[in-house]
Amino acid sequence: MATTTFEPRIVAFFCNWCTYTASDLAGTARLAYEPNAPVIRVMCSGRFDPQFVMKALQEGADGVLIGGCHPGDCHYQEGNYKALRRFRLLKRVLSEFGVEDERVRLEWISASEGDRVQHVINEMTGQLRSLGPFQQARS
Amino acid sequence: MAQKPKVAFYWCASCGGCDEAVVDLEEDILKVVDAVDIVLWPVAMDFKKHDIEAMDDGSIAVAFINGAVRMSEQEEWVHLLRKKAQLVVAFGACAHLGGIPGLANLNTKQEVFDTCYRDVPSMDNKAAAVPCVESKVDGHDLHLPQFWDTVKSLAQVIDVDYYLPGCAPPPDLIWSAINAILTGQLPPKGAVLSPNKACCDDCPRKDTKPDKIEISEIKRPATHMADPELCFMAQGFVCMGPATRGGCGNPCIKGHMPCRGCFGPMDDVFDQGAKFLSAFASILAPKDEAGIDALLDQIPDPIGTFYRFSLPTSLLHRRKMGTPV
Repeated sequence: MATTTFEPRIVAFFCNWCTYTASDLAGTARLAYEPNAPVIRVMCSGRFDPQFVMKALQEGADGVLIGGCHPGDCHYQEGNYKALRRFRLLKRVLSEFGVEDERVRLEWISASEGDRVQHVINEMTGQLRSLGPFQQARS
Repeated sequence: MAQKPKVAFYWCASCGGCDEAVVDLEEDILKVVDAVDIVLWPVAMDFKKHDIEAMDDGSIAVAFINGAVRMSEQEEWVHLLRKKAQLVVAFGACAHLGGIPGLANLNTKQEVFDTCYRDVPSMDNKAAAVPCVESKVDGHDLHLPQFWDTVKSLAQVIDVDYYLPGCAPPPDLIWSAINAILTGQLPPKGAVLSPNKACCDDCPRKDTKPDKIEISEIKRPATHMADPELCFMAQGFVCMGPATRGGCGNPCIKGHMPCRGCFGPMDDVFDQGAKFLSAFASILAPKDEAGIDALLDQIPDPIGTFYRFSLPTSLLHRRKMGTPV
């Protein structure tokens, strides 16, 4: 087999009400985008547990993308604010673990923004492709 | 006379506090000595490695090993004890989770050596000598153990039967663990020998916790005076209680200090630090990025705070090698 270029694996956690619906819209609108980010649907971005990110990275993901409703639009009022606070604190911890900034990303994407799903996944896939695989920190 | 069961105590990278905890059994230690034959206890008695090597495999009933594993010599010892002992108990936070020495996983061996043997103000080392595995001193060959980049918990090196949590484990848990072993009333293999409930569950300040906590200022024991009755979290202190296993008897809270997390996570939690981070972030007051970041700036050392005892057993184990500090 010829040598293949590195293809990053991104785990995407999308909230049911906004970002997941947006990715559906991207599909029905036939917007082509990189196939590197299989989506796990969660009911709310507030369901995202920092352990999910750690576990994904430990088990071989090269990046994690979290998608939720814009501030003020959460179906459960406060879930996305909780997600944002967890994310900001998690990023500080991840940087101390030596995890590059581009690998873990939070995006607010509403149900009507299918093109934004396309743009974010394409952009993140490109960034991680140049960054290379996440080498688990075990030695 | 029937032979008494043989027991070994060993220490790896530890402070000696876990051995002290055994002595803290007070008069009960005499009952232990009556019931068992201590074949190894470097901190208190004189035994050599070849004494243990000469024993039959499986002839030690139980080996209590404290401390994290960070050097080749410790690795050799724990493999030897695993072979000679029927049961191995990881004794204390360092053997269980990696512990305080495990915070060295934020650095490399080189960085640790540079700090310890070169940079600390108290160091006078003009020859720039650092420990080497092989060296010549006055014509003699000197061998020292290899020091690793990464500190490990005991279970990351050998098979462990039980875990006694705590920094150090409290005497009542030690006593009930020894009793359970002597009477054969043991829980399933791999169990942590302390109840699977949060530290908050037994907290003497539990009733003062409001239904909803909102933190707008993060306080530290070093810089703020805490109310002696109120829930620490409700006051804005980082208290690891919600993400920490209980059973410790809450000595820290009773001593007017927030929980530091030494008992490790409850069952089904993969990563104590991430779990605590999740709980703590969710009760912060600000909703916008700038406000959140300003509040988070009040935690000077997030990883050292949330992973104070559990960095080696966290999902990512260590700072990625080769990344600048």
